Order: sequence, then structure tokens, then C-alpha cells
Amino acid sequence: MKILVCVSNVPDTTTKITFTDNNTQFNTNGVQFILNPYDEIALSRAIELTDGGKGSVTVINVGEVNTEATIRKALAIGATDAVRINAKPHDAWYVAYQIAQYVKANPFDLILTGRESIDYNGSKVAGMLGELLDIPSVSIIKKLDADDSSATVEREIEGGKEALTIPFPFVAGTAEGVAEPKIPNMRGIMSARTKPLTVVEPVEAKTFSEVLSYETPAPRGQVKLVPADDTARLVELLHTEARVI
Amino acid sequence: MSVLIYAENAGGKFKKSVFEAVTYARAIANQNNTSLVAISIGDVDAAELAALGKYGAEKVLNVSGEKLKNFVNQAYASIIAEAAKKHSADIVVLSNTFSGRGLAPRLGVKLEAGVADGAVALPQQDGGKFTVKKTAFSGKAFAVVELTSANKVIALVPNSYKVTETGETAQVEDFTAETKDSDFKAMIKEIVRSTDKVSLPDAEIVVSAGRGLKGPENWGMVEELASLLGAATACSKPVSDAGWRPHSEHVGQTGIAVSPNLYIAIGISGAIQHLAGISSSKVIVVINKDPEAPFFKVADYGIVGDAFDVVPKLIAAVKEYKASA
Repeated sequence: MKILVCVSNVPDTTTKITFTDNNTQFNTNGVQFILNPYDEIALSRAIELTDGGKGSVTVINVGEVNTEATIRKALAIGATDAVRINAKPHDAWYVAYQIAQYVKANPFDLILTGRESIDYNGSKVAGMLGELLDIPSVSIIKKLDADDSSATVEREIEGGKEALTIPFPFVAGTAEGVAEPKIPNMRGIMSARTKPLTVVEPVEAKTFSEVLSYETPAPRGQVKLVPADDTARLVELLHTEARVI
Repeated sequence: MSVLIYAENAGGKFKKSVFEAVTYARAIANQNNTSLVAISIGDVDAAELAALGKYGAEKVLNVSGEKLKNFVNQAYASIIAEAAKKHSADIVVLSNTFSGRGLAPRLGVKLEAGVADGAVALPQQDGGKFTVKKTAFSGKAFAVVELTSANKVIALVPNSYKVTETGETAQVEDFTAETKDSDFKAMIKEIVRSTDKVSLPDAEIVVSAGRGLKGPENWGMVEELASLLGAATACSKPVSDAGWRPHSEHVGQTGIAVSPNLYIAIGISGAIQHLAGISSSKVIVVINKDPEAPFFKVADYGIVGDAFDVVPKLIAAVKEYKASA
């Protein structure tokens, strides 16, 4: 089984988000970038599925040279090899298009992405890849089991869950529950240095969206404290002042 | 040119998030002085379909059929894209739900459209630029995104646009579209719906709890409070990691982002990753015994006290309020 895991390089989850240049640029100063947590889950499941010589796991990233630390982390976790498409990831369409072109030339049985990246929260690459490759895509999956030709997945739906069987090839966006994120061990970290990382130049592609500026949420006022023994007062405030019950 | 809204149903009924999306799509159609067409796929009865007119849909396209009873991503995207083309819709609106987020990117490719998912406000159309404000950095910020393509797909976050009624009835007509066998490769084996629970992503009230509850056996009072308020239940990451609650209830940066009218956090300290997922809640109530808990800094109302003492009292107060209402 050949599995491709699409990974992105995102700000650490503890990052305080600020902007520069009149709120038009994300301030990367002092920000540590990490492997997108959802991609880490996808990668961990891919490694489990191919454990014991049952296949290979390639990670792919659309990014400039500064993303290689993140790619090496994926290799240290256990990916077989890696591909970096040497381009700034303009928007989801651009990223999906680049990956789709690579996959057309190098087919995989299963393509995994995280359910979304934690920076732009788009959850678009999986569906776009599915459409560009004319194969099924299924998003927000919580469980993934596979045999040689198909997989059984469980995905979240409004007010419940759904189990599906899908023949290879297909794309899935994974969420928590699919696997426990794996922590690289020393052997993995050492071997990651020598695993193949191929750099591919991008193809020409359209972009359909552009971030013009950013805003931060409006600050909230001072908290109104209610005595612990006067919960009736809280209910009254929620009814008469906040008007939410 | 027109605007097309995909009205997703849950068991044959439309939820409030659909009425929000129709109202929102109507406002976009008004901005562009054009018409609003809705499309529904699956088994929905005629009266329910016609009721979309109340929120501004002039016409409702009804697509049904045995194979389309349940949501099938590829097939639904093919049908919606065909409807968009036949009705010259250059803007397609969906709800930013689990299904909507699966459909939007496929529609984006089919229609060669820029996709703004996580939209929280009406588009601005100034100086020839079409911009949409959307959530970014898991709720820690918003991004203003310009869609530069001729066609556009927008997925609206539930609870971010107020429903208004115009009082009209929509004209319902059947619509058929080509689907390929390959659109149905993903085979649904089983659907399990929790009919007694409120769906978390579009819940208007969320009652959430964290490690302060000490163990899964203490969740009864959280569920009781949620049930009284008609709320969904949620939890912090350490709680789902510990297996006390399912991952589907984990709210935060690496879980589900919610934007309810009321978010009640019990025994959650308020780590930056948790706050990221709830920051667009309209009103936040925090119950925590630690007065220094960071959550109090973003809360509108707070009670400093032990959850095991406060929550039963709050349940009693809500019961009293409901009895007198």
C-alpha cells in the first residue's frame, strides 16, 4: 500500500497571533513552526497501516526551503521518504493543484491530509485533490482501517457518525481518533537525516484567493463575577442582560 | 447571474444554520440586484422546501432519488455544480458544517471558483474587489480574503448571521442532474445518529467541562445542565485525550471551533489552544475554583467556586427559571 500524506508547516499552537504592516502580514517574529497537528495524526495512522513492510509512506509539502525542518520531523516520525514542491503555498487551490500534478505522475493508493490546517482552517486541500484527481474524498474521519484494495472509514456527520467503505484510490482528511500522534525516537531522528527528500519545482497554477488583511477579535469587557451561592443571579443576567436564555 | 444556496437537510428537516445561510445568500443577491435560488438534495417534503421562501429564496430546486437519500460528497457536488451552471449562479453559498466543508472544495474545483470557508460576515464588494471575512488561526484572528475568480463559493459559519424572515413562499420545482457511477464509489455502510443530543458545531448553547470535573463519572451534572438548556456538551483536550469523553466533543484549536450564543466552561482553566476554539462565542460563562484561571480574562460572567458545589446549584436555578417562565 502506497500512502501519501500531505503536510503543512504551521505556527505552534501556543503562538500569540499578531500582525505587521498595517495588519496585512502575519508576524512570524519569534514564532516556532510545527508539523500541523492534524497532519501528524494522518501520518501516524499511515505509519501504522504500513507497519511491518506492508507499504510505504511518502510525505509531501508545498513550501519553501524553510519548511524542511517540519518535513524532517515527519521523516523522523517514520515516513519513508519526502517530497517538497518548492513554492510558496499561495492558496488551497494552488497547493492542491501542485500535489495533484505530482500524484498524476506518481500514483498512490491512499492520500491523507489533516482535516484542516490550524492556521487558515480551510479543510479544502483534501476535497480539491479528490476533485482534481476525480477520486472520492471524505472529510473529518475519526477512524481508518484498510486492506489491500479498500478502506473502511468512520466520519463525523451532524448529530452522529457514518461508516463508509471506499475503494482505493481516495483522499481522506483525518481528525483526532484516527491515531495517537507518534513521538520521534532517537533512531528515527538519526535516520531522518539520510532519508530521501526530493525537491520538485512547481508547475504553473492559478490562484483564486488572496488574504488582504487580518483582524483580531474585539477585546471583551471585564468579567462580571457572581457569588457562588447566587446562581439564580447568573441565570437572571443571562436572561435579562445577555439575552441568551 | 444569480446566487445559489445549498440547503442541507438533517433527516428531511432544515436546521437553523440553513435559514441563516438562506438569509445571508438573500443579502448577497440584494447586493448584486439578482435572484436567489436554493437547492435541496435528498428527501424533504414540499412544505419544508417551500418554507425556504420565508428567508428569501425565490425558487427551490428539489433533487431526490434513492441513491441520494444520504449525503454523498462527489454526487452532491456534481448536482450543485450543474444547478449553478444551469441557473448562471456565480456565487454558491453553503453552511460551514461537516458536509458543507466536504462539498465546498469540490465545488471550488468544478466551478473554478475561489472558496471562502469559515465566512462570518457579508462579503464587501468595493472598488471591484470581492472580499469575505473568515476565521483564521483557529479563532485567534480573522482574515479578509479576496476572491479573485469569476465564480465564488462561500461557506457560512453557523450562528454568525442573523435569520430574518420576509414572509414569502418559494416556488418548488424538481431538478435532475447527471451523476456518474464513479460519484458513488464511497459506500455508506451505517449511519448512527444521536437523536437525543444537540449537534455541537451549530449549537446555540454549549456546556463544556474540563479536568476540574476529576473523572468521566462526574459528567452527569454537565449533561443535565446541557439538557435543561437545550445545549450541546463539549470538553477540553485533556479530557478527550484521557478518554473521559469522545474526541467529537473536543473543542479548541485542534478540535472543533464553535460560535454559540452562550458557552459555559466548567472546570476549564482556559489554555490558549482552548480559547482559540471558542473565542467567537457571543457570551462566555466561566465556573472555576481558581480565580486566577486565564479563562476569566475572556469571560463575560464568572463564578469562582468548586464545580461540584456550583453546578448543582446552577441546575436548580435553571429549573426554577424554567418553571417560572
